[in-house]
Amino acid sequence: MSVASQNELTPQPSSKPGGLVAVAMSGGVDSSAVAALLLRQGREVVGLTMQLWNQRRLPELMGETPAHGRCCSLDDVYDAKRVAQHLGFSHYVVNFESQFEERVVRPFVAEYLSGRTPIACANCNTDVKFEPLLLMARQAGAERLATGHYARVRRNPETNRFELLRARDESKDQTYFLFGLTQDQLARTDFPLGELTKEEARELARSAGLAVADKPESMELCFVPNGNYAQFIEAYQRDQGAPLPAAGGEIARQNGEVLAHHAGLHQFTVGQRKGLGVSTGEPLYVISIDPAANRVTVGEDAALRQTACEVERVNWIACATPPAPVRAEVKIRHKHEAAAATVEALDATRARVTFDAPQRAITPGQAAVFYSGEVVLGGGWIAREK
Amino acid sequence: MNRVYMDHNATTPVDPAVLDAMLPFLTTNFGNAASIHSFGQKARAAVESARDSVAALLGARPQEIVFTSGGTESDNHAIFGIVSGPAHIITTAIEHEAVLNTCQALEKSGVAVTYLPVDPAGLVDPEAVRRALRPETILITVMHANNELGTIQPLAEIGKIAEQAGVYFHTDAVQSAGKIPVSVDQLGVDLLSLSGHKFYAPKGVGALYIRSGTRLRQLLYGGHHQRGFRPGTENVPGIAGLGKAADIAKNSLAETASRMEALRNRLERGILERVPQARVNAAAAPRTPNTSNILFPGLEGEALVIALDLKGLACSTGAACSSGAVEPSHVLTAIGLPPEEARASLRFSLGRHTTDADIAFALEVVPAAVAQLRELSPTCRKGAGAP
Repeated sequence: MSVASQNELTPQPSSKPGGLVAVAMSGGVDSSAVAALLLRQGREVVGLTMQLWNQRRLPELMGETPAHGRCCSLDDVYDAKRVAQHLGFSHYVVNFESQFEERVVRPFVAEYLSGRTPIACANCNTDVKFEPLLLMARQAGAERLATGHYARVRRNPETNRFELLRARDESKDQTYFLFGLTQDQLARTDFPLGELTKEEARELARSAGLAVADKPESMELCFVPNGNYAQFIEAYQRDQGAPLPAAGGEIARQNGEVLAHHAGLHQFTVGQRKGLGVSTGEPLYVISIDPAANRVTVGEDAALRQTACEVERVNWIACATPPAPVRAEVKIRHKHEAAAATVEALDATRARVTFDAPQRAITPGQAAVFYSGEVVLGGGWIAREK
Repeated sequence: MNRVYMDHNATTPVDPAVLDAMLPFLTTNFGNAASIHSFGQKARAAVESARDSVAALLGARPQEIVFTSGGTESDNHAIFGIVSGPAHIITTAIEHEAVLNTCQALEKSGVAVTYLPVDPAGLVDPEAVRRALRPETILITVMHANNELGTIQPLAEIGKIAEQAGVYFHTDAVQSAGKIPVSVDQLGVDLLSLSGHKFYAPKGVGALYIRSGTRLRQLLYGGHHQRGFRPGTENVPGIAGLGKAADIAKNSLAETASRMEALRNRLERGILERVPQARVNAAAAPRTPNTSNILFPGLEGEALVIALDLKGLACSTGAACSSGAVEPSHVLTAIGLPPEEARASLRFSLGRHTTDADIAFALEVVPAAVAQLRELSPTCRKGAGAP
């Protein structure tokens, strides 16, 4: 049966300038604003929403938390569909549950179990959004992928490389989570919100009549909506029939004095003060986590400050691996103020970062992202001190 | 843009004649079929006339037909209505979720369920049904035609086995009713589910055939509608539509089936000729004349469905879950396809209104989209998809 469609939901491929662009839609205000903005610019849009995680997988974690902000909650999927319907473009939900579990959830759990503090969002960007999703977008006929990230991409005609730049609105900048993007990925990516503030994005959504314009932002990791990572890790291990993290290890001072015993290394992160179960009168912080000895070392704030760290799985963006040390501002946490440092490439994938001044709580498993002003030079994952 | 719909196993458009049959009951003749006045009498007459039509389509008696909200309710009613206590059910691995999840719910309350495997052609072996019988077996439920593959199960043989064993026999005939001849006596079924929107009636109406003498518990409690089998004010417009759809199907079944089969075969031949390595899943089995499930090795079926939809051809892969994302098909896994091949399979299901031009359109866009995807597919580029 052949029907001439009354409402032209689907654009004819490449009947408009720029070709078809896929928008990764979470159902939130940012990615919805992206779709509205691209349409306003005369682009043809197709919406893709990733189904990443089934909350019913770990029923013990369901309960009091609201459905909003949960990963792939049906509410969010419906919100994305409603935006697409309202703006008049095709929208599809694509299933990446197996990739997400393999590339994001499992490494997240494994990192915690080995005493590091991972950033699942950066893994998700590098290994899911800009890998299988971008490929699927291309296979579906869209040459480019647009997301609601606050960041900018530009091609530098001198170096002939695609560069990642901080968002114009520095308070929303998300380049810290995007340092893993390759040249190929950047070449096909659009971050239309990079020039806007969050309020401007909301205003854009409002003026387009989108119901999601005033939707609250999700701050937590999408698959751990209540923010309780330790509980998630335990539930996941039980689900997998895997052993729970070994309890009974020592919480000790740097001089070896044992202060308490812990219930599993996954409950700790470097710099943590609360929940140590030690009362000594003086404030104590987690200085380091040693999975081999199943030991958490605590100490005073001063002991948390270090000047150097090694970074592994480095991705250079603005330049090829630099042959000589480069000066940069290096950010070691999402909320960290980038600090002046010298970055020396040790080989193609490793680098040593030496800060001008000691930094607090350099945490293995977190990312170290190198900036030169607004340009991201590259970044990698903070390794454990050997 | 030109749009071609090849997803009739998901749903069909309401036939114009069906719509005409329904409209009076949405407007002038809006009465409640349970009312005694003239408004009610008109509605009652329509419901009973529809019951005759559905019974005629199935070779059943009108009093054996209960109208429901659709296939899922019919399946639930048939299974929950028969099974209770420490009992045993025999079913297959390729049933629709309306049967599978009902069986799984019963398992939680202590009912034993045997999920019989199927062969690579998607067929269950009647002898396996016989071997699975236990003294406490109370129900055999095997679908007539499979929604994803179109394979038609040897129900008549299973029906004989059920009868010899004195076990109730239910079939989900949602994908066969209206497409191929369905006779409750020839198949030997005690219970049969069908759904209106799969054969040109509206969504939200279906029927359950209950052989006289079958002791079926109520699923819903309420008024005395439909002799207490199914309380709730009758969906008169929907039921009238279902009756009309049953009439049309009965009168044109053979002619429509042979025409659809010719188109389906042309589509399959055309795709196999134009797309290297493509193959038809379950081609060896008897199939409904409108269904074709084709494997495109090395491809991500989800991406192909999107690419084709953007070009104007609507088909499907797997079964949609609540979010609309595609889950790996338990049916394709059951016929022995590894997960990557299950994900690389697409279902094209034709309808009464599918034309030669629609097939030509599909034969133009499918090979082109497959070629484009293969160009981009990492596995194909590495040559993993090569013979």
